[in-house]
Amino acid sequence: MSPDGSGTAQEFGDAADVLSVREQKADARARAAGDARPPGLYARRVQVYPRKVSGRFRRIKWAALVALLGLYYVLPWVRWDRGPGAPDQAVLVDLNHERGYFFFIEIWPQEVYYLTGILVLAAVGLFLATSLAGRVWCGYACPQTVWTDLFMWVERQIEGDRGARIRLDKQKWSAGKAARKAAKHGAWLAIAFLTGGAWIMYFADAPTVVGDFFTGAASQTIYFFVGLFTATTYLLAGMAREQVCTFMCPWPRFQAAMLDEDSLVVTYNRFRGEPRGPHRKGQAWGDTGHCIDCKQCVAVCPTGIDIRDGLQLECIGCGLCVDSCNDIMAKVGLPPSLIAFDTERRMAQRSAKQPLTYRLIRPRTVLYFFLMLGVAGLMVFALATRDDQGINVLHDRTLFVQMSSGAIQNSYDLKVLNKARTTRNFDLTVEGLPGAQIVLVGRSTRPAAHVIVSAPPDGLGEYRLHVRAPAASVTAPETKIRFVVTSAEGGKTVRETTFRGPKPDSR
Amino acid sequence: MPTKVEKDLYTGQATTGHEWDGIRELNTPLPRWWLWVLYATIAWSVVYFILYPAIPGLSGYTKGVLGYSSRVEIGQKIAAAKAAQGKYLDGIRTSSLADIRKDDRLLRFALAGGKAAFADNCAPCHAVGGTGNPGGYPSLADDDWLWGGGLEEIHETILFGVRNEDDDARTSEMPAFGGEEEDATLTPEQIADVAEFVLSLGKRSTDAAAAARGAPLYKEHCATCHGAAGKGDRDQGAPRLADAIWLRDGSKDGIVAQIAKPTMGAMPAWRTRLDAETIKMLAVYVHALGGGE
Repeated sequence: MSPDGSGTAQEFGDAADVLSVREQKADARARAAGDARPPGLYARRVQVYPRKVSGRFRRIKWAALVALLGLYYVLPWVRWDRGPGAPDQAVLVDLNHERGYFFFIEIWPQEVYYLTGILVLAAVGLFLATSLAGRVWCGYACPQTVWTDLFMWVERQIEGDRGARIRLDKQKWSAGKAARKAAKHGAWLAIAFLTGGAWIMYFADAPTVVGDFFTGAASQTIYFFVGLFTATTYLLAGMAREQVCTFMCPWPRFQAAMLDEDSLVVTYNRFRGEPRGPHRKGQAWGDTGHCIDCKQCVAVCPTGIDIRDGLQLECIGCGLCVDSCNDIMAKVGLPPSLIAFDTERRMAQRSAKQPLTYRLIRPRTVLYFFLMLGVAGLMVFALATRDDQGINVLHDRTLFVQMSSGAIQNSYDLKVLNKARTTRNFDLTVEGLPGAQIVLVGRSTRPAAHVIVSAPPDGLGEYRLHVRAPAASVTAPETKIRFVVTSAEGGKTVRETTFRGPKPDSR
Repeated sequence: MPTKVEKDLYTGQATTGHEWDGIRELNTPLPRWWLWVLYATIAWSVVYFILYPAIPGLSGYTKGVLGYSSRVEIGQKIAAAKAAQGKYLDGIRTSSLADIRKDDRLLRFALAGGKAAFADNCAPCHAVGGTGNPGGYPSLADDDWLWGGGLEEIHETILFGVRNEDDDARTSEMPAFGGEEEDATLTPEQIADVAEFVLSLGKRSTDAAAAARGAPLYKEHCATCHGAAGKGDRDQGAPRLADAIWLRDGSKDGIVAQIAKPTMGAMPAWRTRLDAETIKMLAVYVHALGGGE
């Protein structure tokens, strides 16, 4: 397991001490095997101490972190003028007033299916990204990864790098250790609070809610959710970390279904690296492989795995082991990419010394791409053809009433939706039943073929109305009728409903 | 507990000894923090025991230091709801019925409040939705009104009721035209003829001769209240006889029975049972059921 220590590996740190989580668990089991007692019911977590690393993928990861956190914190402060009486926050979910705002789009509660569309799009997008480049979402963009990365950076600033942190944790408690731990957890809590605080800004006017929060004027709900998200951020990014990915997240379980031999995944070039073994500088490469077993890939891994064991559930595809290995390869004077983002097919071709091929266009990528395109197209279509008016009609519980003239009357509750910013009047009429007329409660007691209904700006007009039809035209217990509202601009919305009458033989 | 601890070949992990179709369950230890979470929930429950009512005794229960009571809480919520209704109830109180109907906000409030009050007080006789019940409980959803279908008339009917002990109640009485032979105003044959004439008012007569015989009798005994053409008289609560709507059995037998020995409905005066705002809301609601004038 451990190299003899006489090799070049020593130059690169503490290879003998570097064990993956898997190896540490196996060690613990091996120790317990000598014990006659049955194995314990509970196990301590194997702590992961990722080492600092620099390189191409680390730079990409920093860039993603800055961009995503920047987006998260800045977005609620972006303003968007919607005219008087409407919130001027570009992105806002106004739960109290049951409206969602996204720049020029305003969503009413019954239009939450747009959210479904976005979720479907996100899911298929995740499938496509995974089939192309493995778990890049997990490695670079997932909030769990981004915040864990930030928390690890803070930890490194306060407690030092891997070796220093291991030593610190092994130390007996002292004032110095307590101070460092307190500083770390304090900084984590501060970041967690800012995270929870920013989350609230998506649900209330950002400047107002910040002022209210610190003057104690905000609602209990706001304090509760800030507290909740502070606590979960602190726990998930500070404490749970890679356990969220390996135990809690369902995605690693079925990601394998998206991968094929042409997906880019973080892979160890086994044919080139094996047999691994320590290497002395200047020594001939003889019959050993290029892997000098320095274990730097294990030391930098944020989930504590050994990538040389092959593709595994815990790998989040961040590529930090690629950076660390390239570093070592440069130092020992070997070509880079012993560990690399590569496909299984190319790996096999390399080992067989065949020309390398890469297929971007594969049934699954094509399928995912067109699925995405289709869903996106549907959403754009739905959004573009979205009406700024609408009606909902609810039939009374009373089926029908016969009037003294013999006419049949049905009663309805009607809601007129006005998504415009001004009060609007609509013409309301009913089709599908000859001679049917409307009595609008509160407006008139006389039936009329056309009535005027109005709705306030960005609101609902609620009406109770009766539809009265001559007995002669009501020929069935159920007749389909259509309510038609027409705006002054000519926009027409139709809602079909049922008009009930007596059975023909009961008259 | 199996007597011999079995090891999984590939991971070296002990198994539970259970096997299903050749698959054995690894006996992976639970994470230690999981245990801590259990302890944390137990500690949390102790906090609850202290803060809230918790442990029942023989003659009561521990009250908790917060003094919380769900009964008090629901009382506060009801009071808050009442307070929230205040400005609408003020509007109902100070506005005329016609003005309530013109104000969309008051109208919606009155319809909702009226609906609730109707379900509690009126629906047992007049049915949910005011469609009436057989046996003389009139439908309030059609346009055939006994005592008038305007807002004010409906309001008055609800306030004072019909044929009750209230001094202002709407009252009228239809005499019995049948009875023992010597006392009877009309003979059974005459009653049948009048009934046939009443049918003819709604163009339902099948015996023109009988109807013709009944016409002078109707004019003499019935027209004063029900009108010469059977249009009824709302001042006396005399129903229309010339339309398609019948409060009671509208067949010839039913009409004969009503002429011979009439039954008349009664309704309590609601002013002694409900507050003025509720009665106003009820009037607006009933007016909106389908036949308001």
